Amino acid sequence: MSVGATIVFSLVLLLAIVGGAAVLTWFERRLLGIWQDRYGPNRLGPFGILQVLADMLKLLTKHDWVPPFSDKVVFIFAPTAIVVAMMLGFAVVPFSPELYILDINIGLLFFLGMTSLAVYSVLLGGLASNNKYALLGGLRSAAQMVSYEVFMGLSLMGVVMLTGSFSLRDIVEAQRDGWYCIPQALGLYVFIIAGIAESHRLPFDLPEAEHELTAGFHTEYGGMKFTMFMLGEYCGLILLSCMITTLFFGGWLGPVLPPIVWFCLKTFFFICFFILLRAAIPRPRYDQLMSLGWKVMLPLTLINLVATGAIALWMQGA
Amino acid sequence: MSNPESAELLPFIVYFCAVVLLVATMLILSWLLGQRRQNKSTNMPFESGVLSVGSSQIRLSVEFYLIAIFFVIFDLETVFIFAWAIAFFELGWYGFFAILVFILVLTVALIYEWRSGALDWGVKTRTGIGES
Repeated sequence: MSVGATIVFSLVLLLAIVGGAAVLTWFERRLLGIWQDRYGPNRLGPFGILQVLADMLKLLTKHDWVPPFSDKVVFIFAPTAIVVAMMLGFAVVPFSPELYILDINIGLLFFLGMTSLAVYSVLLGGLASNNKYALLGGLRSAAQMVSYEVFMGLSLMGVVMLTGSFSLRDIVEAQRDGWYCIPQALGLYVFIIAGIAESHRLPFDLPEAEHELTAGFHTEYGGMKFTMFMLGEYCGLILLSCMITTLFFGGWLGPVLPPIVWFCLKTFFFICFFILLRAAIPRPRYDQLMSLGWKVMLPLTLINLVATGAIALWMQGA
Repeated sequence: MSNPESAELLPFIVYFCAVVLLVATMLILSWLLGQRRQNKSTNMPFESGVLSVGSSQIRLSVEFYLIAIFFVIFDLETVFIFAWAIAFFELGWYGFFAILVFILVLTVALIYEWRSGALDWGVKTRTGIGES
């Protein structure tokens, strides 16, 4: 693909992500509505899809308020950090054999690094707000995200071991003989849970648990800055679904249909799965969340690593 | 672009600039379009309708610091595992047993933390090591 085409693609991708995240806010509410036996937003336009536009206009015309008691520069910087980090994470995702922005041999590490940067956003947002709820929410999410980050990376090492590369294109190509969701089922399981905790969505949205912390780290945020936190969160959800598709479900691989269609279908499936999780599972207590991470998930990841190593070496020798 | 490496990076640079531009546009648009209102309670911190008392620089549970320390320790150790995973088949059984010893040390550290109660939240008395 020529350089010009790639540049066009990068702009199209950006629009697709922002548009996708915006439509996802509506789609999620509709789907939750159906599962909870109610309508959800269905008034504006066909199936209520124009609700997205209405929400955007409303949020744009809200008071762009920076609290006088806050740390103003950091307060404005915090929501931008999560959007930028999550968007940049998409740069390494191979959407099809030709469609990608950046093909580097450390693609997976780049993704892990970008998701880690999101911690700064919630922590700085919480600290800069100078509000007790925000501070507690920010601290909670920081502790939660760093805890789950430890084994989020480790859970993917099984895939790296089998492929022998950090490059996401190599990982997809290596799955021609079989998707990694079967040999790496344990890794997939840990990665999904760690991913939800990293993007602090329900059921792991303790940092913003409404019943105890109002809105957690973004209590003082409103209008567009609040929207940016939400945009970052929804981008994180899409990115997570993309990564699960790429790492465990063969990325663009599939018969008959063109590669990009397969990729989008698989990603869409996982987005729906995460919305279903939100509808189906209640929120745990914070101490339960943290002990789940350190006492169950971390040992599971280490067992997965050792078992994968032993079995792969044994099969290679046999 | 003369050398191939920067030509490969060019789409990424364009993408990065577009992302930053998008974020800046969002901030500026909302600043331009947003309504401005000012009343008695606009500039007060939101604490569920209760007047804010005292500073928001409150004392925090020690568990948060412990988690931060564990993160530093464990994340450093995962970096070594990353390095092993990439060269897994080249290192073979020799590398496997070397990393097994390393993971065992990691597990012992985890068990120590677990037993000393450092992973429990909201427990007032530490059990295990401290007591005996």
